Amino acid sequence: MINFVLLISRQGKVRLTKWYSPYTQKERTKVIRELSGLILTRGPKLCNFVEWRGYKVVYRRYASLYFCMCIDADDNELEVLEIIHHFVEILDRYFGSVCELDLIFNFHKAYYVLDEILIAGELQESSKKNVARLIAAQDSLVEAAKEEASSISNIIAQATK
Amino acid sequence: MALNPFSSGTRLRDMIRAIRACKTAAEERGVVRRECAAIRASFSDNEQELRHRNMAKLMFIHMLGYPTHFGQMECLKLIAAVGYPEKRIGYLGLMLLLDERQEVLMLVTNSLKQDLNHSNQFIVGLALCALGNICSAEMARDLAPEVERLMRSRDANTKKKAALCSTRIVRKVPDLAENFMGLAASLLKEKHHGVLISAVQLCTELCKASKDALEYLRKNCIEGLVRILRDVSSSSYAPEYDVAGISDPFLHIRVLKLMRMLGQGDADCSEYMNDILAQVATKTESNKNAGNAILYECVETIMGIEATSGLRVLAINILGRFLSNRDNNIRYVALNILMRAIAVDTQAVQRHRVTILECVKDADASIRKRALELVFLLVNDTNVKPLTKELVDYLDVADPDFKEDLTAKICSIAEKFSQDKLWYLDQMFKVLSLAGKHVKDDVWHALIVVISNASELQGYSVRSLYTALQTYSEQGSLVRVAVWCIGEYGEMLVNNVGMLEAEGSITVTESDALDAVELGLSLYPADVTTRAMCLVALLKLSSRFPSMSERVKRIVSQNKENMVLELQQRSIEFGSIIQRHQSIRSSLLERMPVLDEATYLMKRASTTQASIPAYKPASAVTPGDLKFPNGLAKPAVTPLADLLDLSSDDATATTTASTTTAPSDFLQDLLGIGGTNLPTAGAPSSASTDILMDLLSIGSSPSQNGQLVPDLSLAQEKKHVSAAPQLVSPVPEPVDLLGSLSSSTSVSGTKSATAVPQAVDLLDGLSSSTSVSGLEDACPSITAFQSATLKITFDFRKQLGKPQESTIHATFTNMSSSTYTEFIFQAAVPKFIQLRLDPASGNIVPANGKGSVTQGFSVTNNQHGQKPLAMRIRMSYKVNGEDRLEQGQVSNFPPGL
Repeated sequence: MINFVLLISRQGKVRLTKWYSPYTQKERTKVIRELSGLILTRGPKLCNFVEWRGYKVVYRRYASLYFCMCIDADDNELEVLEIIHHFVEILDRYFGSVCELDLIFNFHKAYYVLDEILIAGELQESSKKNVARLIAAQDSLVEAAKEEASSISNIIAQATK
Repeated sequence: MALNPFSSGTRLRDMIRAIRACKTAAEERGVVRRECAAIRASFSDNEQELRHRNMAKLMFIHMLGYPTHFGQMECLKLIAAVGYPEKRIGYLGLMLLLDERQEVLMLVTNSLKQDLNHSNQFIVGLALCALGNICSAEMARDLAPEVERLMRSRDANTKKKAALCSTRIVRKVPDLAENFMGLAASLLKEKHHGVLISAVQLCTELCKASKDALEYLRKNCIEGLVRILRDVSSSSYAPEYDVAGISDPFLHIRVLKLMRMLGQGDADCSEYMNDILAQVATKTESNKNAGNAILYECVETIMGIEATSGLRVLAINILGRFLSNRDNNIRYVALNILMRAIAVDTQAVQRHRVTILECVKDADASIRKRALELVFLLVNDTNVKPLTKELVDYLDVADPDFKEDLTAKICSIAEKFSQDKLWYLDQMFKVLSLAGKHVKDDVWHALIVVISNASELQGYSVRSLYTALQTYSEQGSLVRVAVWCIGEYGEMLVNNVGMLEAEGSITVTESDALDAVELGLSLYPADVTTRAMCLVALLKLSSRFPSMSERVKRIVSQNKENMVLELQQRSIEFGSIIQRHQSIRSSLLERMPVLDEATYLMKRASTTQASIPAYKPASAVTPGDLKFPNGLAKPAVTPLADLLDLSSDDATATTTASTTTAPSDFLQDLLGIGGTNLPTAGAPSSASTDILMDLLSIGSSPSQNGQLVPDLSLAQEKKHVSAAPQLVSPVPEPVDLLGSLSSSTSVSGTKSATAVPQAVDLLDGLSSSTSVSGLEDACPSITAFQSATLKITFDFRKQLGKPQESTIHATFTNMSSSTYTEFIFQAAVPKFIQLRLDPASGNIVPANGKGSVTQGFSVTNNQHGQKPLAMRIRMSYKVNGEDRLEQGQVSNFPPGL
């Protein structure tokens, strides 16, 4: 199972964290600091796995961002690399060639995408298309509610004129 | 509507910009503080239209690591709202700001229940996602019926979310497994890949959680799984699921993983999947990561199940290809499976030894670490010398970070295979020279004990160390060992006493020897241990080389005003010994009495054991803590993990996560339970941890002394007759008895050893009669213990109709050239085993294997079929009037006892 997902920038700034196993706030900070130290310093040609506290952290770098997933010792590291890529491809389609700034200013949307890919630290959907469809449906639900809210407030505003 | 004066109307985007624009951490804290104040004010004013935005801001602030607990209640309010947008952000906030351990979470149970019953599938989806990511055991129990119902939903997306949510529920409350197994199996008939993936994962979790579920799934879903795998692996191009030309590798891998769980230890199930596994293993393309991921999982499954030999060969071949791959990721996973394959097929792994050894020298730390652990497992009697040579040679050029791991492993190997004393000493000297900084205290203490015991190698040792010291004086441990040896055996250094054939002679004058010690004193101004050892060595040399007395006195007196009390005291006291007590000096400074190796190892183990309860990560022993009553440092308290070499440095790092499992691992190591025979057995219960404690209280040492103890120096002959038949009956008492014996043995060897026969005699009266009748079903005999001096074989008899009882006939043979007198054999077993010893045929074991002593005993394994027999044994006897002690563990009992 995936214990947590981390997105760290090359400068060590956290862009997204998702914890599927319980860690206190203090532990989370410590984990992030430790792993940044371990991963950001690794050279480019080395393998994408780091052993850490009896777990394995699989990471992959996309431009300035490191996508890291911490898995149990007996999980399939190569598959987790594919899961990371799966996540990145879906983000890319959703934002239209995603960049770090998209993930900073629309971090909540990145979380929504992640929640359609993983639940309980396990993969829930292998079809990128299906994920995109579900996110789009929920986004339009939000848009519709917003429009409705603004039209209601318009009516109220006009009525009280 | 008038805005609250504190509520900055800043949008989320503006806040993020403001934070990003901050140049210093203090500036950032300021912005965050202002925003938090505004958000709090807005919360308390209950501003409806800003709730959404505030929550988003709070999540961003949370991500930066600032406290945000004041937002938790707001999440609950948002979740309880009617609209979808509020719920969406509310659930996101809940998952980010809270975890299962917060009390507040309980308050959300009701809202979750309502949302799980909502008519909108997306709201149901939000609730399932939140429940699956952060639910506590209590919530899992409360909401399991809802989730169960949703798994029957008509909507595929709801079904897959409900199935994954159930995996967390089952993880939290394994008792609920039975409620889900029927549903999980039925979901495997679906077509939707998301549902299939989720259902397969749920099945995997169910297998882990309950034996009944495992049996149920073995019966009901193996066909379905084979079908899914066949369909997906032979399907034509499906763009929706395609990854690098392979259709849905994720589904592939998850099905393979579940197959492994079902096929493990079940021949029928394994048989059923043989064909499809062979198909996947041969047909999957291996030029892309996705394909290799599938092959990797497939190989693991083949290794895990009762596969045919042909399939195994196929898997081993894939591994070979992986290992020679140029991609580091592939090589890493290859090393990873080889670790597991070693249990299945050691020979196949040994074939790759050269490649694995190359990986130890890789540029990549992850690969090096994996490879080193693998090499450690590969070492055996035949390859230990070349392998150690390779590792030692590499030590010279290894990465500084890696040296510590490497040193620990080499020392551990050298100790484990130290029958050849000269070889052991040579390896240790090399390690000390190349990486003396990283050698743990207990390792060089053990080395000194070995040197002091090996009288014929002391001259060689001191000369080698002296030579090494000339080149590698920066290695702390080397300096300590060398200085100690020069102090003790200074005259052997100067006079070239006890030259070995292959050794070249060196010319060292008395003053050279003194120079070496003085160098140690001057090189380590801050290291009290080394300096103290140097002072003792100097004092000893003042007696060995009387002509140097004056110079020694001068050097020693330099420390008279040392700030460290220890050094100051030594300096003054030693000065007065040299100056004023010449008459007693030589008898005072005689060579250290030889420290019995067996006693030392026992103490080393028991100190280690004593440290288990207070076992903390990084409990490094500072040199200043050590006392030097006789110039010999006491064995340091080292974490058990170091001695057992339990996954090396991970063990210390993961104490929080794995304290519960670690002790049982020790137990497995000690007793040899589990290992290869019992791959399916879960962690031993807490009771077995107690057994560990009981067993250790005998004063026995961990696995490696099985090899170390045998090297007791064999000496002259002398006979001593005294009959002492003995018996060890219900376990707890003898264990306690032995415990007290061993502690006294370690204090004064000779005295307490004579007490042993008496104590045993007391018990003898209890049940000395044995009746052997109706014996049948003979098992092959084993060599239970073998050292250079003693061999013990066990013959087995099983009584008809009583599978848990075995009668064992032990034969003791003396391999040395000296007769053993007062030979006593003792045994201890875990609590689930009962042991009854019959009297031995005699207590004198003739030399050179001419005749032997036999002794019968019977064991009753109360957990027959679940746990194998395990036993620790201890043999005490006298050689030439001197007490000897050997011990070991017997873990190679034939299966079925």
